[in-house]
Amino acid sequence: MTAAVAEPTTKAPARRVPSGAAGLGLGVGVATLYLSAIVLVPLAAIVTRAGSHGWSAFWRAVTTPESWAALRFTLLLGLAVAVVNAVVGTLVAWVLVRDDFPGRQVVDALIDLPFALPTIVAGLVLLALYGTNSPVHLNLAYARTGVMAALLFVTLPFVVRTVQPVLIEFDQEMEEAAASLGASRVTIFRRIVLPNLVPAIAAGTALSFARAISEFGATVLISGNIPFKTEVASVHIFSQIESDNSVGAAAVSTVLLVAALVVLVALQALQRWVVKRA
Amino acid sequence: MRKTRPGKLVLRAVVLVYVGFLVALPVGLIAWRTFAHGAGPVWHSLTSANARHALKVTAEVAVIAVVANTIFGVGAAVLLVRHRFPGRRVIDALIDLPLAVSPVVVGLALILVYGKTTGFGGWLADHGIRIIFAVPGMVLATIFVSLPLVVREVAPVLEEIGVEQEQAAWTLGASTAQAFRRVTVPAIRWALAYGVVLTLARALGEYGAVAVVSGRLVGKTQTATLFVEERYQNFDQPAAYAMAFTLAAIAVVILLGITALRPREHR
Repeated sequence: MTAAVAEPTTKAPARRVPSGAAGLGLGVGVATLYLSAIVLVPLAAIVTRAGSHGWSAFWRAVTTPESWAALRFTLLLGLAVAVVNAVVGTLVAWVLVRDDFPGRQVVDALIDLPFALPTIVAGLVLLALYGTNSPVHLNLAYARTGVMAALLFVTLPFVVRTVQPVLIEFDQEMEEAAASLGASRVTIFRRIVLPNLVPAIAAGTALSFARAISEFGATVLISGNIPFKTEVASVHIFSQIESDNSVGAAAVSTVLLVAALVVLVALQALQRWVVKRA
Repeated sequence: MRKTRPGKLVLRAVVLVYVGFLVALPVGLIAWRTFAHGAGPVWHSLTSANARHALKVTAEVAVIAVVANTIFGVGAAVLLVRHRFPGRRVIDALIDLPLAVSPVVVGLALILVYGKTTGFGGWLADHGIRIIFAVPGMVLATIFVSLPLVVREVAPVLEEIGVEQEQAAWTLGASTAQAFRRVTVPAIRWALAYGVVLTLARALGEYGAVAVVSGRLVGKTQTATLFVEERYQNFDQPAAYAMAFTLAAIAVVILLGITALRPREHR
């Protein structure tokens, strides 16, 4: 399911297709209206509501102790999750491509499961193993490590599925040449394989960061939503909505939106850079 | 290849332990716990009035969202790939936006426009149209979160197949509609099916955005995912597990369907 996430923007050579200008105008109009009514106007409404009482009110809403704690926790946790994914995701992709063992295809199929499972089910599933009556005696419910486990679960496929195709296409002759010149395995990986994987790892890591800071369903059950401890930004927004504080909710949402946009723009810049360099 | 090196075994073990403890064991455990007392109680909880209603609402919302996004997705893909118009790049960039937005933020955004306390939402309410805390809002939320999935599958294939065959159809006297139906649709059908299946999976599983806009009214606007949460919070674990298992089973079936569809066009 990874293929759907932020693929490079389509670049078609400009082709003229005979079709009525009126038909084209109508099509563009309908598409714009659809996008506006469902995505753009609502998102704009969030930013407008966040700024409705001026900049200082926005800032106050973002920096209330609870909002600030939630945002800080979310961003730091997002970074931690992204780093773990960068390392473990690459490792998983490597083993899936370069290793062969009975059951490898089962593991390969399992990687997609976190994307297919509804997020609330993901949370429930983790609580079954790491909840209050954990069969492995590891109780992560209402703990920060539990929230992290939930985020690692939902973000597992990102790096694996961006790195895997690059590794499959990777020409092993370079590695063989380096090996014949006496390079050790570690050196070959560090000097030859890794540099070629960096764009894919970066893309997958950025996507998993964006997903981690916005995740709600998977964290809601396991975190217990304890302010100043396990409350992530999305859960904090949810509780602000429930208590009718739409300005506060909109302000924290705006911060999340901006963070996600920065990641998205950086990702597109990275992809353009890679295309240009290739 | 050569004989297995210890380093390789270590890497393999690390991956198996990580994926095992993060994905395989938890998911396996939920299946085991669901059927701990046999299939009878599972069936019983799934056929309760609230559970059946939740499944019905989920199906209703998912079907509308999938149909809407399929029509929009194919249309937008054709526009973006086949035509040049002012604002094309903006639309292209904006289509990916929903994937980066937190589900809760999606819900809040819709409330701020269509809620009863806002200008537009108030006007709609005066005319008897209720969007927030009702099915239309849940449909909007579901459309929002799954919006890019069809476009992003269909657009690359449209680009790849080019326009030669469509042009040939036109020169042979086919109308635009005929050429689309007889030439374009067959060419994109696997990508389209893949996009539709992805959209369906996302629509069935959406929780956060729907939780915000639905008001979570049991037996009214409660979907299957909301049912899982509500039952769990009310210490009715068997019902929560039964519904979670059902959703997980649907997800696995969808996943298998996707895997079957993928090789046809995704190399």
